Amino acid sequence: MSKINEAEVRAEIRTWLAANWDAEMSLVAWRNKLVDSGWGMPQWPETWYGRGLPLGLVRAVEEEFARIGAVGVAKSGVRLLAAATLLEHGTDRQKEKYLRRILTGEDTWCQLFSEPGSGSDLAGATTRADLHGDYWLINGQKVWTTSAHHANHGLLLARTDWDAPKHEGMSYFVIDIKQPGVDVQPLKQMNGHASFNQVFFTDAQVPAENLIGRVGEGWKVAMTTLAHERRGADGLNAPSRRGARTGRIYVEERKELETANQPYKWYPQRAGRVDLVMDRAKETGANRDPHVRQEIAKLMILAKSAEWTARRARAAQQQGRPQGPEGSLGKLAASHVARAAAHVHTLITGAEAMLSGAGSPRDGIIAEILVSVPAISIAGGTDEIQRNIIAERVLGLPKEPRFDTGPFRNVRRN
Amino acid sequence: MAENLSQAMSALDESKSEPARRISFAFTDEQEQFRAAIRRFLQEKSPPSAVRRLMDTAEGYDPEIWRQLSNQLALPGIHVPEQYGGAGFGIVELCIATEEMGRALLCAPYFSTAVLATNAIMNAGTKAQQASLLPDLASGARLAALAVTEPNGQWDLGSIELVATPVAEGFLLEGAKSYVVDGHVADLLVVAGRISGTTGGEGLALFTVSADSPGVDRRLLESMDATRKLARIDFHSVPAQLLGDVKDGAKSLVRTLDQAAIALANEMVGGAQTLFDSAVNYTKLRVQFGRTIGSFQAIKHKCADMLLEVELAKSAAYYAAQAAAADDPEWPALACLAKAAASEMYLHIAAECIQIHGGIGFTWDNDTHLWFKRAKSSEVFLGQPHYHRELLLQRWGV
Repeated sequence: MSKINEAEVRAEIRTWLAANWDAEMSLVAWRNKLVDSGWGMPQWPETWYGRGLPLGLVRAVEEEFARIGAVGVAKSGVRLLAAATLLEHGTDRQKEKYLRRILTGEDTWCQLFSEPGSGSDLAGATTRADLHGDYWLINGQKVWTTSAHHANHGLLLARTDWDAPKHEGMSYFVIDIKQPGVDVQPLKQMNGHASFNQVFFTDAQVPAENLIGRVGEGWKVAMTTLAHERRGADGLNAPSRRGARTGRIYVEERKELETANQPYKWYPQRAGRVDLVMDRAKETGANRDPHVRQEIAKLMILAKSAEWTARRARAAQQQGRPQGPEGSLGKLAASHVARAAAHVHTLITGAEAMLSGAGSPRDGIIAEILVSVPAISIAGGTDEIQRNIIAERVLGLPKEPRFDTGPFRNVRRN
Repeated sequence: MAENLSQAMSALDESKSEPARRISFAFTDEQEQFRAAIRRFLQEKSPPSAVRRLMDTAEGYDPEIWRQLSNQLALPGIHVPEQYGGAGFGIVELCIATEEMGRALLCAPYFSTAVLATNAIMNAGTKAQQASLLPDLASGARLAALAVTEPNGQWDLGSIELVATPVAEGFLLEGAKSYVVDGHVADLLVVAGRISGTTGGEGLALFTVSADSPGVDRRLLESMDATRKLARIDFHSVPAQLLGDVKDGAKSLVRTLDQAAIALANEMVGGAQTLFDSAVNYTKLRVQFGRTIGSFQAIKHKCADMLLEVELAKSAAYYAAQAAAADDPEWPALACLAKAAASEMYLHIAAECIQIHGGIGFTWDNDTHLWFKRAKSSEVFLGQPHYHRELLLQRWGV
């Protein structure tokens, strides 16, 4: 990707934005325009609402949007994971039906993979899909589903063949959430929030045409979704927007983001809020205690090292160098940082760490840290699974012995 | 599981404070080539058998290999300006050298001459002094040592008691230094002393002394890490030349020790990498209960944790070097951060490497103890982790 290319792309998008961007448009109307132009997802193929640009140039396009404060296509939640999965495995009809409304934000999606009986072992799913004529009937239960209560479509992994080996007996569907056979219930967490849902299926219906990929290929398709989830997690933050933000479109966008971000309000607390430590130490006077000082320093060393490790991985990636082991460590590092931060917040806060709610330090934020941190070493792959992955894929150590081969029907499960 | 890790990491991202975008997170291609050249050289010249041979000598190094690494790789003066006979690179290249030397556990007076003494002269010396002293150090023709710590074993400036008394043609030094790396073989001694009657950082200055001066009494100490030789040096009315100016003495000395802390952190990272690689390789070979021990989750998870530790400390060591090279105002604090991070990591990796090797890891014949001892002495050298953590907070203004 030469510099000339980037300059050309920048010039082209500038011209297009100058001619088309209007903050008084409705969000959906504007995004439809973006979808038609291909500038909403420029890395997508030209046949499907993109421009076939190499990934390396996407940042330039994002920066041009940010420069004038232009709104992009909808990207919140799992919609882009759904889109990536459809782009790779969907039929043209499925792409036509779903992709546009994903990007305009008119449809909201959720991911129906985890089950009460299969957390780390996703392929152990026992939610069943049975074909009855033109319909699959779905029965079972999914859990840890974000946004299921306002999603209209779900990415569903269900077992279609109980005699096939575990990974070969599943299929992947798009399911309509708003139907009588689907019951969405909030799941209250130990920190009091309910960011996720349990989803119960009782003879819920999925039309045969909603199968993604072939019958029995569900695991392969799900791997695509998960790969994009991981890739997204490594991604750079969007460039910050400039320009005045007045206009109808911003009002609509803010409302959309509020709904989308609602489940994640406590996520900063889950990561330990290292950013609060220094101020808290000063305001409580704990910064004069030599033991606390040592613990603060240990935490800051850990947090800084973790941040620089992530940046080192990105720098290698940007230079096109093969990624070293540093790229696989972010999640494990984040767990250590969060736990160390909770420890230090407790040291600093003292007796008040026994309190909770608005009357407790920082309007309850400190208490929320202490009861949210346990999530970080579980969500998105437990630390133990991360260690297995690092040991096997990075260090080349032997894989875990398997006890789940042969027909799934005979495999021990919960 | 609709989880997005970026949200989990965003709080971490928000805590970042350093504004400098010019601090690089990657080595240049040239730096990678430089590293590869040193690594090839050391693989050939400093295998564990050579380390074992040299650590049993009083000198502690092989003059022929020193000559080669000076002539072929220009390492002693890698960070010295070309006008003073060096290669004109900076602290990042210096740290690449120390990392590779730590990896190979090279027995050579490099840390003493190039890192400690040469930096001290560059930090404190006048242009004329640099022009007269640096070329011989940069070429490897002369060896030098920096004598800071005293028998009290403290690294802070206030603990320096050696007294410098002004006389007609310079100063006379009176006092004792200890834990002087390679002090027994150095030709030139750079000595930290204080003008009589001063305390703290006030009145501190660096002096140069020819090691064969009358009144210099050098004694090789028995060091636990035999690959890094330590000497005690007593000074009895020894004539010395002031390096630079007294008013800048403390500043120059602190700067030198901060640079050394970063170079040592990188050296430790290199050593830890060797131990980690050795441990992981062993888990793939050693069979117990009919399977390689690397197939046990207890060992797999230990190895994954060790990798994380090594990479985190590596990031700190690399970042501190880059920050110092960019003269980022935060770099002295980062020197403390990197030293504390690398010290704890290295010792832990060394202990775990022995643990993974089991009984054989505790034997003299197994090479692990060579690095373990370097890890232990490096933990203490230039100040222990708790000292650097406290200094880190002070430098951050907490």
